[in-house]
Amino acid sequence: MLRLEHVSKRFGELVAVDDVSLHVQAGTIAAIIGPNGAGKSTLFNTITGIYPPSTGEILFQGKRIDGWPTHRIAAAGIARTFQNIRLFSFMAAIDNVMAGEDAHLHAQLWDSLLHTLRQRREEKEARQRARDLLRFVGLEGVSETYARNLPYGSQRRLEIARALASRPKLLLLDEPAAGMNPKEKREFGELVRAIRERGITVLLIEHDMGLVMNVSEEITVLDHGERIAHGTPAEVRNDPRVIAAYLGTAVA
Amino acid sequence: MIYAYFLVAIAVIIGAQRIADLRAKRALYLALGVALLCAPIFDRNDATFNVLADAGIFVLLALGLNIVVGYAGLLDLGYAAFFAIGAYTYAMMASPQFNLHLPFWLLLFLAAGFAALFGIILGAPTLRLRGDYLAIVTLGFGEIVPQIFQNLTQYTGGPNGIGALDFPSFFGRSFGQSTIPYYYVVLGLIALALFFAHNLRDSRLGRAWMAIREDELAARHMGINTTAVKLAAFALGASFSGLAGVVFAAKLSLVSPDLFQFQVSVLIVSMLVLGGMGNIPGVVVGALTLVLVNNVVLPQANNIAASAGLHVDFGNYHFFIYGAILVMIMLFKPEGLLPSRQRKEELHHAAA
Repeated sequence: MLRLEHVSKRFGELVAVDDVSLHVQAGTIAAIIGPNGAGKSTLFNTITGIYPPSTGEILFQGKRIDGWPTHRIAAAGIARTFQNIRLFSFMAAIDNVMAGEDAHLHAQLWDSLLHTLRQRREEKEARQRARDLLRFVGLEGVSETYARNLPYGSQRRLEIARALASRPKLLLLDEPAAGMNPKEKREFGELVRAIRERGITVLLIEHDMGLVMNVSEEITVLDHGERIAHGTPAEVRNDPRVIAAYLGTAVA
Repeated sequence: MIYAYFLVAIAVIIGAQRIADLRAKRALYLALGVALLCAPIFDRNDATFNVLADAGIFVLLALGLNIVVGYAGLLDLGYAAFFAIGAYTYAMMASPQFNLHLPFWLLLFLAAGFAALFGIILGAPTLRLRGDYLAIVTLGFGEIVPQIFQNLTQYTGGPNGIGALDFPSFFGRSFGQSTIPYYYVVLGLIALALFFAHNLRDSRLGRAWMAIREDELAARHMGINTTAVKLAAFALGASFSGLAGVVFAAKLSLVSPDLFQFQVSVLIVSMLVLGGMGNIPGVVVGALTLVLVNNVVLPQANNIAASAGLHVDFGNYHFFIYGAILVMIMLFKPEGLLPSRQRKEELHHAAA
């Protein structure tokens, strides 16, 4: 599904991502973990084309996507959420989700200007799909509320609904459980599994080890921009380099 | 008498905002429209319709700029450039200048197209800019365009501009000296502009504009092609301005570079700020209010002062007066007189 080949990202002297290779299998829930500043979010930004990799290749479904503009990568089937929520604050929840559908709408300039039959039908369908997605993430009943006015946990869910609206094949979640209480985290774990049930591959960055170990099938560990470990939760948990990275002890 | 038109129109639009029932609201707007259509039957004062046509031209301009600034959130301080392009399109193609005498109606389309094209040409280099930087660059374009018209003397008549423009005609009947036909043209164009502006807001494109205004990076991640969407905003906004320019030039029968200076752009932005950016009724009220102050109240104040033996030209103070109005608005009602729901909440949150 997603393959990173020796991807590096340098900002001047700083090497944020250093020669990382990664392969995410279709239909899995994979995770990237690592201490703060390990380069996890930079890696996401590189995948979604905010900044292209300095070296290396990114392949999505066999096609090279590094160098593509962000909106094209999104339209190709990679959606994401953000570490610090980036909803369209002063738009209703449903409009946020409908904005996520943009790449799959066909209304042209004339349709928008004249509200042609085609545009009205399409808007109606898009609105219905958006409602379904809001229900799927557990946000029925707040569709007309401004994103800004939703409680924190609901904003996280709305971001996921918006990302799903773009009909992704791969969903990148950047610290989706940050700031959630244990109950919300449990529910969130269920949601991630339900997303996978829809045939969407999930790659998440997460600090909460309980959640990561519980939901993901494969884990990649980054430290100082380098990949230091990869494997199942059990393998990673017992890897001495991972323990060292987290606890700061020297590897013997 | 002229006050009655402005005050009734403003009162109806403000009043309609307080009516929840959609059908009653529509009926009220329809009544206003019919009243405006019938007005020339009862009132044959050319001067009145001259002012009203000017007011309508500014309503068109404000509706166009609202697409760029209000919907897409791209602060454009050089909007008068497109007004100039529309006006010069008519001046160069319907005058003795090149002995081209193309029909007014064709030139409306052509000018809208030209203005849209220049909207794209001037918009393209600013795509990466936001906020203050965008404002400065557009301000520059707004300065450059009248300068070009001023300096291309052999094509544009230089600082003197182009005069003796053709009178438009409608099925063979010339508009002549009367201002009433222009008034009708402007009413028609406003109706069209309102229809488009309204449709755009509730459409795929309108939603994409809102999204880039809120968070451009997130919008891109949703698959929205921000380049195309921004250029569409510049092009559509400019096309309204092109239409306004043609009517303006034809009515005045003259164009010159000094008619399209920076102050025109500022005036239009002030209309949006005063009325409420992003909200169509607000923008119309803002435009009507400032035209009322500018074209009616100030000249009358001059007359009164002159009859009292004072030699003041209040026209010289119009910037002072806008300034005062804008400062008051910013202090007491920063979202404008008739804000959109978004804008109200935004400023409410910013204050909180």
